Amino acid sequence: MPVRIGVVVFPGSNCDRDTLHALELAGAQPVALWHEQATLDGVAAVVLPGGFAYGDYLRAGVIARFSPVMRAVESFAAEGGLVLGICNGFQVLAEAGLVPGALLRNRSLRFLGRDVHIAAERLDTPFTHALAASGQPLRMPIAHGEGCYYADDATLDALEADGQVLFRYVDAAGKRTTESDRAANPNGSLRAIAGVLNAAGNVAGLMPHPERASEAILGTDDGFAIIRSLVESAGRAATRGRPLELAGTR
Amino acid sequence: MSSHRFAVNVTPKPGILDPQGRAVEGSLDHLGIEGVRAVRVGRRVELTVDAADEAAARVVVERLASELLANPLIEAYAIEAIGAVA
Repeated sequence: MPVRIGVVVFPGSNCDRDTLHALELAGAQPVALWHEQATLDGVAAVVLPGGFAYGDYLRAGVIARFSPVMRAVESFAAEGGLVLGICNGFQVLAEAGLVPGALLRNRSLRFLGRDVHIAAERLDTPFTHALAASGQPLRMPIAHGEGCYYADDATLDALEADGQVLFRYVDAAGKRTTESDRAANPNGSLRAIAGVLNAAGNVAGLMPHPERASEAILGTDDGFAIIRSLVESAGRAATRGRPLELAGTR
Repeated sequence: MSSHRFAVNVTPKPGILDPQGRAVEGSLDHLGIEGVRAVRVGRRVELTVDAADEAAARVVVERLASELLANPLIEAYAIEAIGAVA
C-alpha cells in the first residue's frame, strides 16, 4: 500500500499540483488537504506547497498560518509528524514558528524566478537521506520575492551548532557562497541558508522547489531525491504506526 | 460599548536589513535631496474596535498587533490611539 502524503491547498497555492505529481512519481499516494479542513485525513506526512497563500497579504505566509488546517499541522508536527514546507510553505512554517527564522524581502527587491544550486549539509534527516552525498550541488528553481533567510546572530550560531541548517546556496561547483554573491545566493540569505530544520528534526522548510526539479524532462531532476526521502521516511513512520525515530539534531 | 480608533505602526527592528528603505535612499540623488539618511519603511494599520472602554479595546489591538500585524522576530510595533469614533 503506498504511503499517503498530504499536500495542503490554500487559496493561492500554485505548486500543489506539481507537488502531488512528484509525490506520486516517488511512489506515494498523494492527498490534497483543503485549507478549511481541521483534520489531516490520517496522512503520514504533510507538504505545504509553494504559491501565494491568501494572496500573501500583510506578510508572506502569515494569514495562512491561522487557517484551520494549520492548527492540525501544528498538532501533527508537535507529535513528531513529518512536515516539509517548500517556498511559500517555508514562509508559512516560519510565520507559525514551526521552524526558526524569518524570510525577508529579497535584497534586490525583485521577484526572482531562475535556477539556483543548493547543497544539503546533512544526509541523516528524513528529508535528505536519499541524496547521494552531502555538499553535492543540486540544481533547482526558485520563484519568490521574500526568500532572504534571517535570524539573529545568536540563533544562527545555535542553528549551525545544532545541525539545523539543512540546505545552503552554493555555486555550480558546490562551493559555499557569501551573502553578497548574488549570482549564487540569489536573495542575500544570511550565511547562505536555503533551508532549515526544527530542533526535533521532523519539520523542514526550503525556498527552492524540489518538486519542480523531479523529472529529467523539466531540465533537472536533482530535487527528486528530496521528495523520495520524504516518501520513504513517511512510509517507515506509517509502518510503525508512530512517528519516525528522528536522528534529531547534533 | 464604545468605538475606538487605533493605528498600529509596524517597522523593521533596528539592525534588520530593510531593502525598501535602501531603495528609497537610492532615489534621493535623483530628486536632488541631500541630508536624508537611515530610511526605514514600515506599515501603518488603522482600525476601529468596539469594546467596553478604551483599555479593553487596547487589549484587543495589542493581541492583534503581536500575533498578526507584526512578526516579533523582525518587526517592532507601536499602538497609537487616534480618538473615539462617534
